[in-house]
Order: sequence, then C-alpha cells, then structure tokens
Amino acid sequence: MLATFLNDFSGGLDFIFHQRESVSGGVSVGGSQLWPLLETHLRVVIVSIAIACAVSIPLGLWLGHLGKGQFAASSAANVGRAVPSIAVLVFFSAYLGLGEVNLIFAMVLLAIPPIFTNTYVGVRQVDRDAVDAARGMGMSGGQIVRRVELPLSLPLIFGGLRTSTVNVIATATLGPLVGVLTLGDPIINSSVYGPEGRLGAAILIGALAIGAEALFALLQRIATPAGLRRPKNERRAWSRRAALVPPSPTSPSAPPAP
Amino acid sequence: MTLGVLAQVVIRERTQTCESRNDFCPDWIAHHYDEYLSPLWTHLQLVLVSVALGFVIAFALAVVAHRRRWLVGPITGFTGILYTIPSIALFTILLPITGFGFWTAIIALTSYTLLIIFRNIVTGLDNVPEEARDAARGMGLTERQRLWKVEVPLALPEIFAGLRIATTTTVGLAALAFFAGAGGLGAQLMTDINFKSNIVLAGGLCVLLAVALDLILLVAERLTVRWEFEG
Amino acid sequence: MTDSNTAQPEGPHPNRHAATLEFAHVAKTYPGTDEPAIQDLSFTVEAGEICVLVGPSGCGKTTAMRMVNRMIEMSGGDILLDGQSVKGRHTAALRRDIGYAIQQVGLFPHLDVAANIATVPKLLGWSKDRIAARVTELLELVGLDPDEMRSRYPSQLSGGQRQRIGVARALAADPPLMLMDEPFGAIDPISRERLQNEFLRLQGEIRKTIIFVTHDIDEAIKLGDRIAVLQKGGVLAQYATPAELLMAPESDFVADFVGADRALKRLALQRVRDVDLWTTPWVRAGEPVAAARSRVSQTDLKLPLLVDDQDRPLRWLTDADLRGETVPSVSGVRPPHCVEADDILRDALSDLLQHGVQYAPVTDAGGRVTGILSLELITDFLGHQVPGHIIEAPSASDRVDSAP
Repeated sequence: MLATFLNDFSGGLDFIFHQRESVSGGVSVGGSQLWPLLETHLRVVIVSIAIACAVSIPLGLWLGHLGKGQFAASSAANVGRAVPSIAVLVFFSAYLGLGEVNLIFAMVLLAIPPIFTNTYVGVRQVDRDAVDAARGMGMSGGQIVRRVELPLSLPLIFGGLRTSTVNVIATATLGPLVGVLTLGDPIINSSVYGPEGRLGAAILIGALAIGAEALFALLQRIATPAGLRRPKNERRAWSRRAALVPPSPTSPSAPPAP
Repeated sequence: MTLGVLAQVVIRERTQTCESRNDFCPDWIAHHYDEYLSPLWTHLQLVLVSVALGFVIAFALAVVAHRRRWLVGPITGFTGILYTIPSIALFTILLPITGFGFWTAIIALTSYTLLIIFRNIVTGLDNVPEEARDAARGMGLTERQRLWKVEVPLALPEIFAGLRIATTTTVGLAALAFFAGAGGLGAQLMTDINFKSNIVLAGGLCVLLAVALDLILLVAERLTVRWEFEG
Repeated sequence: MTDSNTAQPEGPHPNRHAATLEFAHVAKTYPGTDEPAIQDLSFTVEAGEICVLVGPSGCGKTTAMRMVNRMIEMSGGDILLDGQSVKGRHTAALRRDIGYAIQQVGLFPHLDVAANIATVPKLLGWSKDRIAARVTELLELVGLDPDEMRSRYPSQLSGGQRQRIGVARALAADPPLMLMDEPFGAIDPISRERLQNEFLRLQGEIRKTIIFVTHDIDEAIKLGDRIAVLQKGGVLAQYATPAELLMAPESDFVADFVGADRALKRLALQRVRDVDLWTTPWVRAGEPVAAARSRVSQTDLKLPLLVDDQDRPLRWLTDADLRGETVPSVSGVRPPHCVEADDILRDALSDLLQHGVQYAPVTDAGGRVTGILSLELITDFLGHQVPGHIIEAPSASDRVDSAP
C-alpha cells in the first residue's frame, strides 16, 4: 500500500513539473500549463480577502469599540462554521450566474465571519484600563480605536486573516463548479487531467495553504507590538460559553479549509 | 386514480411553476424531503464518528502532553498542518491510499478535529487553579488521581467548548465528503446544483444539524458541569 | 451559656492522635543556586502543641513546612514524625496522614462543600455514612451550619467561609499532624481576628499538633505555644514560648523582628479575666441608699454602678443619685461601655482609649459585671513584668474557653 502511495505521489509531483497530454488527448496539461490556473486561484483569493477586510475590519472595530453586537459576533462565528461553502457557492450561481463575480461574492461571504469575529473579539479583549486611561487623557473615540484598540488587537485580527485566507484558498478549489478555472480544475474535472493531475493539484493546493499560513504567521509576529507577545491573560479572555473563538492567538477561529 | 390525477397536477405544477422558475418551492420541499433523510443520516454518521474518534485521539495526546510539556509544540504543529490543508486536497491525497468511501472521509475529518480538541483540552488543563492543584497534591492524591478527580473535571468547560467547535466545523466540512466518495448532504446537493430548492434544503439541513448537535452538547455540558452554573 | 470557671478542669492533655515532630539538621539547597534555602534546622514539636514558624519573607518558613509532607524534598537531614522518618513512607500515604491547609485554600471548585471535605476520607475508603457524619461534625466544629453549607459550591462562599471549609477539609481524616501555611492571610482583619479566636477554641477541643506558618509576629504570639523565629537561610534565631520571645529575645534580629513595641505586645498574652480587677459596689434599683453608701467605702473604685436584676450594668451613679431614700432606677440611658472578660488586654486597652474612659466595667459572656478594668491596672501589669523575671502565660489554647 505504501509503495502504491509513493508511486502515485511521485506521479502527482511529476504532473506539477512536467507537461503532458490530457487523458482524452488534444490538450496540454500539467507543468507550465498550471500557471494560468495558479494565477486565477491567487487572484480570486486576494480580491476576496481584500473586500472581506474592507467590510469586516471597520465594522468589527466599530462594534467592538462600542461593545455592541456580541450576539452578532458569536452567531457569525457559529453560522460561518456550519454553513457548507459549496452550498453558498452554488446557491448564488443562480443569481449571479457563472464566473468570477459569483465566486468572489461567495468567497467574500465566507471570509467575513472569521475576520469580523476576530476583530470584534480582539477589540473587546483589549485591557479595559488602557482604554480608560486613553479616554481620560482626552482621546476621542476614533483616536482610541486607531491608537490603542487597533494596535492591541492586531494579533487577533491577523489570526482571523490567516484563517480566512486559508479558507478562501480552499473554497477557490471549487471554482470550476461555477465556471472559474482555478487549481481545483484538475480535481473536479479529473477525467481530463487524470489521477496524477488530481493528486498533483491537491498537493499544490495543500502547499499553497500551508505557505499562506506560514506567511501570515510571520506577518502576525511582525505586526504584534513588542510588548504584547503572547500575553497570559489572552487565554482567560475567551468566554467558554460563547465558544466564540478558540483560545490562543495563533489559532484560526473558523472552520478549517473546506 | 385520484393519486394519478394529483401526481399529474404536481408534475404540471413543477414543470410550469416552481422548478422552471428555479424558485423556492415549499411544496417541492414538503414532497421530497424524504430523499434527504438518507444523506442526512450519512452526514450525521460522518460527523459523529469523526468527532468521537478525534476526541479519543486528542484526549490521549493531551494527557500525555500535559505531563511532558515539550510535546505540546510538536503536536500542535503537526495537527495544525493537518488542519490547514484544504479538505478537498486531503480527501484527494488520501484516495490512492484508502480509496473512495466512508473511511477515507473519516480519516480526513478526524484530522481536522484534532487541533481544536487537543488545544482546548490542554488549555483547559492548564487553567486549573494552581492552589487547587497544590491542595490536591498536599492532601495525598496521586498524579493519576489528581488528573481524573480534579484537573479533568475542572477542564470540562473548555473541553466542551472544543467539542462544540469541532462538531459544528465537521458538519460544514462533511458537506465535501462526496469528494472522497462518502456521500452525505453534499453529495445530495451535487445531484442538482442548479436547483435552488435543492441547494437550500441541503445547505439548510447542514446548518440545522450543526445547531442541533451544538445544542445537545450544550445541554450535556449543563448537566455534567453543574458547578460552573451555580452561584 | 459558658462558665468561665470550667476551663480545662482536667488540665490540658495532648490529643491521643497528636504526633510529635522533629526536625533533625534539615537542609535544603535548590539546584543551580549557591545559597542554601535552609541550612541546618533542628527543633522538636511536642504532641498537641502549636508551633509557629515565623520570619521575614524568604527565610524559608514555608519551605520548611512543605518538607514535612515532602511537597519539597530535603537535601539533607531528616524529619521524624512520631519518631519515624518521613522519607521512609510513600508520599501519597504520608500526605493523607497529614492535614494540609494553604493560604489560598484551594477548594475544588467543581465539588460542593461536603465533597470537598470528604476528599481524603473517600481516598481512605471510609463508608458513606461515616463520611456524612464526619462532614456534619466538622462543619459544626468550624462554626458553620451543616444543613445550609454542605451542598454549596466554593464560588458561593465568602472568604472566611472558604477558610473554615479549608480547615475542616484538612481535619477530615483526623490526622495526627496539621500543616497550615498562612491560612488567615488572605482575609480581612476583622474576620481574621474572629477566625483566630475560633481556631484557638477549636484547638482547645481537638488538641492536634500543628505547624503554623505566618509572617505576622502578632499572629504568632497570639496563636503559638512555641514560636520558631527563622532568619534568611532557614537559620533558627530563637525557638521559645511567646513570653520568652517578648521578654528575652536572644538576638538583635529577634528583638527587631518582634518589634520595638514588645512591651505593648505583652498585652496580647493576658486576658482581662486574669487580671486582679478593681471592685466597685453595684447596686440595684430600689435598694436602700444607706446600705449602698456603706458598700461604697469598702471598694477600690468609689463609684457605684447601677445594675439590673441580672447584674448587668446600666449606669454609673453620681452622688446626686444617692440623695434619696432608695436607689433610683433609670431608663432610656445608654449603659456605659463595657469590656469583656475574654478580651485580651491589648484589645481592652484600645477599647478604653477609643472611648476616652479611664475605666470600664468588665462583663462575662452573659453580660454580668465581674469587676472594673482601669488603665492603671494595665500599666501595673506592664510594670510588674520585669525583664528576666518571666511570668509564663497559659498555653495559647488554654487562654480560650473551651465552650463558646
């Protein structure tokens, strides 16, 4: 069994690096033919994350600062976990048709909960005394957010970004279902690419996800203000009953990549 | 005879109105929901088996790592990698080894639960108040007695939180189990991806399943962890 | 309800379950450090005694205590419990034989009060009935209502209640030795005083051998039968009774640690009822004035005190009151401030000063007047304790009535 696996695995790796002819013939696949797929994949991921950030982070900062919307935050987290990404994707294809717009729209929806929830919780768990002192010094609401709450919640915001990015990379794999040729094509249309193609694409996507995770872990560490590296009270800030966000800033707050 | 007429009416209804307009059809849902029961059952099985298996494995790992702290990092890292790999990719990678079917999906789904549950159990055990631990040791409880009589009971809230997150997560992920040939509500959804009612029903059942399981766990927590809700 | 004359009629005797404890050249050095935490500690604790380990922070008092039940292992020397080395016994079994009460109590949050107290008995395999009876007995012993308390959870208790449960839990299996590490440290001063008094009362009943760690010299003097003053490095500066410590400190360190107000601290050693109180005539309403006047001349304090028919003080009487035929009764007047016979002199003095009076009636537990305490009597007491001439105070737990 192990021998077969290694054999298949090397076949998959080979697919990544070398072109060959498709199963049914006539089309060149694999190797450098994967570039367009990769490019599309990355493009939709970056656009979706950017839009999701633009929507969730200000909203999360604002609501977190005011202390309102706890229920929304926890519901967003729970629902976001349970709704199957494929359903969301396919559902909107009826309204938005096939194509990148549909894909990006669905992915933005899926990316919002982790970023929003993490931003919200990040702001809420900022040391109340620090905020109090800031207010006492005469900072306006906006200044408090910008100068105190945002920097102190950066680790968590980055955690949410990490989660969403990995999720979106995974959801983009389903792109072909709505007509967008991403790295998921060899998996979904494996009859064209063959089993090596399927495996090769899977390996690539896995590597992409791990790479993104590592990159964000690094960014998170850089962005964390020096005095804030892994504060002990962060563990206790998590309300067990809300089951809102799992403990530890290095962990994602939403489902693993679909 | 009436049944035949009714059937014809329904079919005509379908072809003329709901299905052709690709709209939400409560009637269709009412008539066809039993088609979803089997996938739902498969889906439930997928979730229950993987969470149970994941819990057993993660618990064993956590108990070991609790005593040998240096293990926490590597175990977290390893389960973290498993967690990061997109499920479709993992299903696909497993295919050459275990082929299509229920157990392929289970292996992948179990891997996803490991990180969450492991981390929550470790944190829960860590958060046991130091003075309770000291008192337990000073009173003459052995290490094993301390673990089972004091530390694990006090870590239960955290453990339950991890279980709840893992369960709702797995419900969402199991929708993709059809990539591993394991059926489930995702497979049902794929039978007609253009029909909205199908999508809504399949997806909605997923969410309902997640909510129901979450509630059951919450009730179980309230029943077993009485001290958390007193006073 | 209490008769102060029945304090320990048979004389104090150690509880037959109380153990002796001996520190024999105990030493402890932590790996990686040069200075030993404990150098060479030797002393003996008799059965049924409270031995207080006291000293500045870092002196090793808690370390020494924790070496008894091997929560910390000794580097050298030995500790003998009833003559047997603690090192020879299995640690868990040893600890089940020793009561252990720490400052933060460490009650198990997930168990109710009864289950907390029952922890060690359950480990020892007691029957359910025996455990239930013991829980009730202990709750009463520590001054709590068993029916009310047994099903409560620690989060529902106040700090003082938690401490009492902690002590009850340590006593549950009736161990011959108790280790207590600043058990009253985290309590507010008012509750702490009350708990200390109750602790003494408790010890009067059960007579355990107790090692008690504190940083508070006043607490040590109040509670200890013998006090071990430790210096940095676990060096034993002096091991003596409270009276000896106050009146004959063996070194400058001990003298400094006990405090410059040593003289005043002696006031903690004596109770009001142990002093020869002044007499004063107490008269009842309706008594013929002549008889009252004649009694006045025979007393120390020539001021008559009006009391009710149960000898409870009502009012000081002036000359004007004794003009008539009979002693008048009074109403609507607040009784004079009284001092209790069970108070320690230190608290009584502070009472007198606070109310700005030179003297006050002394009442027993029932409110009946037994004599008069005055500032003069207190200063006399201080004056009579000449350095070098040590008047032993009764042992700590004998200073308390056994019945509340």
